[in-house]
Amino acid sequence: MSALVRLDGVGLTYPGPPPVPALQVCDLSIWPGEYVAVTGPSGSGKSTLLNVLGLLDRPTTGRYALDGRDVTALREADLTGVRARAIGFVFQAFHLLPYRSATQNVALGLLYAGTPRATRERQATEALHRVGLAHRLSALPTTLSGGEQQRVAIARALVASPRLLLCDEPTGNLDSATATTVLDLVDELHREGMTVVLITHDPQVAARATRRIQMMDGRVYTG
Amino acid sequence: MRRHRTATRSHLRVRDLAAEAIAGMVQRPTRTGLTALGTILGVGAFVAVLALTATASGQIDERFTALAATEVTVEQSDTAGDPALASTPVETNPFPVDADQRVEQIIGVRRAGVWWTVPGVQVAAVPLPGETPPDEVEVRAASLGLLEALRPTVGPGRLYDDFHERRAEQVVVLGSAAAARLGVANLAVQPAIFIDGIPFTVLGILDNVERHPETLFTVLVPRATAERLWGHPRDTEPAMVIDTEVGAGQVVADQAALALRPDAPELFQVTAPPDPRRLREGVAADLAALFLLLAAVSLVIGAVGIANTTMVAVLERVNEIGLRRALGARPRHIAAQFLAESAATGTIGGLAGTSLGVITVVVVSAIQQWTPLVEPWTALPAPLIGTLVGVLAGAYPALRAARVQPVHALRR
Repeated sequence: MSALVRLDGVGLTYPGPPPVPALQVCDLSIWPGEYVAVTGPSGSGKSTLLNVLGLLDRPTTGRYALDGRDVTALREADLTGVRARAIGFVFQAFHLLPYRSATQNVALGLLYAGTPRATRERQATEALHRVGLAHRLSALPTTLSGGEQQRVAIARALVASPRLLLCDEPTGNLDSATATTVLDLVDELHREGMTVVLITHDPQVAARATRRIQMMDGRVYTG
Repeated sequence: MRRHRTATRSHLRVRDLAAEAIAGMVQRPTRTGLTALGTILGVGAFVAVLALTATASGQIDERFTALAATEVTVEQSDTAGDPALASTPVETNPFPVDADQRVEQIIGVRRAGVWWTVPGVQVAAVPLPGETPPDEVEVRAASLGLLEALRPTVGPGRLYDDFHERRAEQVVVLGSAAAARLGVANLAVQPAIFIDGIPFTVLGILDNVERHPETLFTVLVPRATAERLWGHPRDTEPAMVIDTEVGAGQVVADQAALALRPDAPELFQVTAPPDPRRLREGVAADLAALFLLLAAVSLVIGAVGIANTTMVAVLERVNEIGLRRALGARPRHIAAQFLAESAATGTIGGLAGTSLGVITVVVVSAIQQWTPLVEPWTALPAPLIGTLVGVLAGAYPALRAARVQPVHALRR
């Protein structure tokens, strides 16, 4: 079995002055079906690692292979295509579009993959069923609770059937009871075979993962 | 390998782009309306100005058709410089006695008549010897046809007729202003006025005339009477006024001199009516240039409005831009979306503005009792001006939106 994510000597330095080494050169492999938690204090480079994994930022050195394919050499147009199909994002701030129903928000996850409109709506409905929001299909984000909003965001990340789910502090804006239900959902997705990388500063959240990675001053300490 | 690459490239269908743009607008109708306001006013002003110019020119055209275009004037030609003609000075009236009938035979002539001013006569309401009347009232000799050619509205009394003309009766018709100066109002008592001490019966008073309104200040005497009492015109030149059918002015002008004096048509100088079309174009060009400038200014203001709001929207929606990039949107997709939104806003503004402009023209025309005239070439492409304004205004904000880095956008 080959690694889903393979970083070979990958590092990211923001050009100065002065140059900021946000991610020190590191090697990292993540296998299909793994549930990896990335922990570390603020400014330790967690988000930078996530951005590199999610193809939002290009590493300045090294080679990144996603699902056996070198993505460091891809042009922007192809890179966004990979982002649209292979990667699902869940953000701390949900980033749902106001004025759009839950279904429309989820369907947005398929917009740039070129999926026909009817298919988008059907798959969005299915994804909302899967996260337990079958009863809030046409609700506006402003009428949803925090936990519901985050589950809509997870449905949006899942709707394009990505290989890798990247979660950036998904429970940071939620109270602990709501956070538990969201984390239970992530656990469930992991059990169904989804590869998950989750950033958190909460050890209790990290404890749910199958593997933990520590970060400090841009360095990766694999556990 | 190549096929694989193409398959993974992200793309956005045109229909989906349009749907996203319309969703972006419809979800915030108030804001869209306010954004489009400048364009609405600009396009509205554009349509209203062009249509009002056309409408007003149409009215000018109509007025010329009604009056100026149907008036032909015949005067004595200037013979002073011509020794051949000067040697035989005009002893008699160059207009023959039957001038009216001669000219009225020309097809296209409604009425025609001759008149001249009788100089050096005193007009008074009562014969008071030795006393100068307070107002100078002009006396004019006027043939029967001339009275009709002025298109008069007769107040009390009537015009003189063939009978008075044939017998050179001492009768007059007064203009309303002259009547007021002479204190003549009640015709039931058969009032008389005195011209150089000679009594004249007042037959009627002209309330109004459509041509030569100065006639209202004059006393009109039948041509035959004037010639009997004071002889042929001295010191003043007789002239003929011809009232023609609409559109016949030029043709009548060409024939009038020959009809009057087949033996000596060169005695006359004929003035044809001005070409109404040329006049209309002149007026329209002046007005349109000024008002179109105003419309252009409104459009620029409209464009600035859209640009400003779109710029604010880009800054406000940085999160959304980041999210869309994370979901696989390419920078050009983001640019296209914002451009489409501003273009759609501009189009809506253009449509609303066109409607507003047309309504304005109809209302103004209704108040002025004009015939509204909206040229299709101004009203039909007008909404596209809105689109153009939207695209131009959205260009820079769209470019800014495309440059938003997803990493920074999502961190908020």
